[in-house]
Amino acid sequence: MSQDFRLDNIGKVNRNKKISFTFNKKKYFGYEGDTIASALIANGVHLVGRSFKYHRPRGFFGVGVDEPYAILQLERNNERDPNIRATEQEIFEGLEVKSVNCWPSVNFDIGAINNFLKMFFPAGFYYKTFMWPPSFWYKIYEPFIRMAAGFGEASIKHDKERYEHKYEYCDLLITGSGPSGLASAYAAAKNGARVILAEDKPRYGGSLLTSDVNIGNQTGAEWSEKIITELKSMSNVIVKNRSQVFGYYDHNMLVMSERISDHLPKTQRYLPKQRLWYIRAKEVLISSGSIERPLVFGNNDTPGVMLSSAAKEYMKVYGVLVGKKPLIFTNNDSGYETAIEFKKNGVNPLILDTRKDPSSDIISEAKNLGIEIKFSHVVVAAKGYKKVKSADIAKISDNKKDLSNIENIECDCICVSGFWTPSIHLASQSGNKSEFNEKIDAFIPKKSKQKEHTIGSANGKFTLEETIKEAFDKGYEISNKITENNNKVSIPTVVEKKSTEHDKFWCVPLPKGKSYKRFLDFQNDVAVTDIELALREGFRSIEHVKRYTTLGMATDQGKTSNLNGLQLVSDIENKVVPQVGHTTFRPPYTPVSIGAIVGREVGKHSKPTRKSPMHEWHEKNNAVFVDAGVWLRPRYYKQGNETLFEASKREAKNVRKNVGVCDVTTLGKIDVKGPDAAEFLNRVYTNAWLKLPVGKARYGVMLREDGIVMDDGTTTRISENHYHMTTTTAQAANVLSHLEYYLQLVWPELNVNVVSTTEQWAGAAIAGPNSRALLMKLFPNTDVSNEGLPFMGYKEGDLFGIPAKIYRISFSGELAYEVNVESDFGNFMWEKIIDIGKEFQIQPYGTEALSTLRIEMGHVAGSELDGRTIPHDASLEGLVSKKKDFIGKRSLSRSAFTKPDREKIVGVVPLDKTTSIPEGSYIVKDPNAKLPNPKLGHVSASCWSVEYDNPFSLAIIKDGKNMIGQKLFAMSPLKNKTIPVEIVSSHYVDPEGKRVRA
Amino acid sequence: MLYIFCPHCGSRSQNEFAYGGDATVKRPELNKEISDQEWNNFVYLRKSPRGKHLELWHHISGCRQWIKVERDTSTHEIFKTYKADELTK
Repeated sequence: MSQDFRLDNIGKVNRNKKISFTFNKKKYFGYEGDTIASALIANGVHLVGRSFKYHRPRGFFGVGVDEPYAILQLERNNERDPNIRATEQEIFEGLEVKSVNCWPSVNFDIGAINNFLKMFFPAGFYYKTFMWPPSFWYKIYEPFIRMAAGFGEASIKHDKERYEHKYEYCDLLITGSGPSGLASAYAAAKNGARVILAEDKPRYGGSLLTSDVNIGNQTGAEWSEKIITELKSMSNVIVKNRSQVFGYYDHNMLVMSERISDHLPKTQRYLPKQRLWYIRAKEVLISSGSIERPLVFGNNDTPGVMLSSAAKEYMKVYGVLVGKKPLIFTNNDSGYETAIEFKKNGVNPLILDTRKDPSSDIISEAKNLGIEIKFSHVVVAAKGYKKVKSADIAKISDNKKDLSNIENIECDCICVSGFWTPSIHLASQSGNKSEFNEKIDAFIPKKSKQKEHTIGSANGKFTLEETIKEAFDKGYEISNKITENNNKVSIPTVVEKKSTEHDKFWCVPLPKGKSYKRFLDFQNDVAVTDIELALREGFRSIEHVKRYTTLGMATDQGKTSNLNGLQLVSDIENKVVPQVGHTTFRPPYTPVSIGAIVGREVGKHSKPTRKSPMHEWHEKNNAVFVDAGVWLRPRYYKQGNETLFEASKREAKNVRKNVGVCDVTTLGKIDVKGPDAAEFLNRVYTNAWLKLPVGKARYGVMLREDGIVMDDGTTTRISENHYHMTTTTAQAANVLSHLEYYLQLVWPELNVNVVSTTEQWAGAAIAGPNSRALLMKLFPNTDVSNEGLPFMGYKEGDLFGIPAKIYRISFSGELAYEVNVESDFGNFMWEKIIDIGKEFQIQPYGTEALSTLRIEMGHVAGSELDGRTIPHDASLEGLVSKKKDFIGKRSLSRSAFTKPDREKIVGVVPLDKTTSIPEGSYIVKDPNAKLPNPKLGHVSASCWSVEYDNPFSLAIIKDGKNMIGQKLFAMSPLKNKTIPVEIVSSHYVDPEGKRVRA
Repeated sequence: MLYIFCPHCGSRSQNEFAYGGDATVKRPELNKEISDQEWNNFVYLRKSPRGKHLELWHHISGCRQWIKVERDTSTHEIFKTYKADELTK
């Protein structure tokens, strides 16, 4: 099967490897190395999509990242990928792509009716057309717009592909492997610098692949091949193709997306689909080149109108003809290169040059080849709907205002060249304020803000000789500064054709009586008339014009449209372009897949999961886990068909009646050591610490400087200058930072060191009336009697040969102990406790039972110490020392914190003793009061009291102390419940605290 | 992402650090009688300058030292970094 538009003897695709793929369900073939665009053009296919607003036919406009038209939807390995640029995506066997933004098909698209309803889609139509009536928005307008607009459909399935992140450092990052990129990389690498050279295309060389030049007696393509081969062999160089540096961030951090597997039918084993590189570069050379500028004329969006450089690249790189009757429309010499290439491949082009009588090497060459050239000529309008069939051309007057001799000539493509726009995006992102260069009618980077330089055509340098010399010099200069080596490579001689100046002309006037649409932004359908309208409506700032008209806002971010838009605004406003300025360039330069940004931090991998050493035991014993920060903790141990409620009740009851064991490894643990440790704790905690004897624990509360409770926990004096502090699971990291802050910055004179020991110790809380009997069996050689180890006492013991620390502390309110052993022995300890505890009816209990036990005891936890409460509110004022100063003390004397009716913790019991009160309910006096019902406070925690077998809650309410005994109401508007309640003491069970001291 | 020179560890990426606010704030001495106004200023009031700002960063995923960083709040330029005990009056 031959391809009508494939040339035989030119191009870099692999003719020995045919590849078949489908486009809109029809099968085509191309060769290895083809993009979807080149393969389709080879098959004569130009209609690939519909435009955003008017659903006009869309073909191919460019050959790379600047492509505004050919956005397709890809199916690969059962995954759906929207927003694929056909000009970038390489074909592979079995590739399936389809058009977007058209229905029912790209050939017959109902939406094209918009083309005849243009008056409803002027600039800012979003803000005008669908405004009234408001009730139509959700049901009619929005679904309609959503169906009609947008490029492609994102998959809603879980993406099974793997994406990776990589961090890299280098001396010099070079973005783009055109002549300036290659030359500077070579010079720097030869001088010992660590270089990363990134190329967004599969092939290296940039413009050298298509231009007719000579470097060091080789063709540009040969020279680039030689340089890249040598660079690849050097250990100090990383060369990456299919890699787009898309963002320039602070402190020379650049981000690059590498498409590793997108061109393969399937991601290979052990390789990711894409990799995101975070590169910290000492210096950056931006050699991202330039993008050809379109010329604006009637129906310039018709398929078959494309950039002349693209037409040349399709021929030289892919061996593909974009047409057989080409019209070249140019205002500069670049169009001639394309024309000559056509001629060389046996196709006769016609050149329309807007200039009157230019002369240069390349124009002479074209003339000598017998190419027909019409000077002072323009394309007025393209003709043809789904493909260019002919063009109206005309002679243009010297002042470029008047058209004459309009005639229609046949053609099948129009290759436009309106000169070149440097790609200054990265430089601009780095903070470089650009400046307008009159000579090239475009912006170029100005003064570097970060360590970056822009070279080559990205810097507005369009002669190869200058570019190569500058690039070699820069590569050497930068590497010399970093490596201090003096290894300078010689600069090769360059032979190129001299070109002459371009014409400052970019937009063809409309002939009398004609109203052709002349497009500026091809992807968002922004025409000259839209900009004119926006300006008439009073928009002045280019940023506003952009947002109102959507000029430059699409996925291509106006790579081809921005400058022509600015030209138009400045022409209408009678300003010059630099006065208008350009819109801000923001990352990413090209679309980046969400998968690459997320990397491997997906689902459970987004955070580490911490497990206690006893985790496997819990799993084996039917624990149902709950996330506690990043920890996994057993919530309850399921027996049979038990529900959470039943299991937690059983576990809690067993603690009150017999003995239970709970994994408390997750508690934060901090070693506090040093001669001033006591003084330090005395400043950190609200209560007194100086007189705590060795071998004793104390409960403490610490505040922030604003008087709010930060955390609570027990701290034990292990030896004279050594304390073991515990924190809540949630606050462990914050408390450590807090302590370090005061030790390092506020009181550096204190000789104290703190270090986290959370992961060093495994902890088990043994609670219940049988706990001492169990402990005596666990530690037969240690005196754990009430006298030997009293409440808040501490002892070291020997657990069957394992050193253990025994703290007599209690969160459950029962007689209880916490035993700590080194983490590696955690499971050993746990199994021993369970095993020996059997005769005492031991059961493990989870966090749900733990909560029940602490709530009915009135012990506060995170739901009460919620970042809004002071010690008084949690009934902890007894722990606030009046004698000494401590962190946050001064705040406690502020008037809001000393009000007599300040909130305080209370207990809440439903009058019917059966209805559970939802957490978060409001406590109110009158459930029928006028809204907003004045609330007295809220329910912070609820449980089913196993002691009394009825619901019990804690609440923090205004003037709580004096509310005890009152009958109030708990209201939960969320659950639509109003429950009559009685306020009781928060210490519902064992208010005297006899059990813990038993 | 900022690149912060830790005086103890060398240059490290911002994601190893936690921000700690104005480094020039001095905590009133313990046991000193001070007015509500003074205390209020210490706890709540911070300047938000455009330009040079001496601030605290905690090398939380590194050496766990608090350091002082002189940074331009509008350009992110970092002029100099100091150990916790430097620049104390």
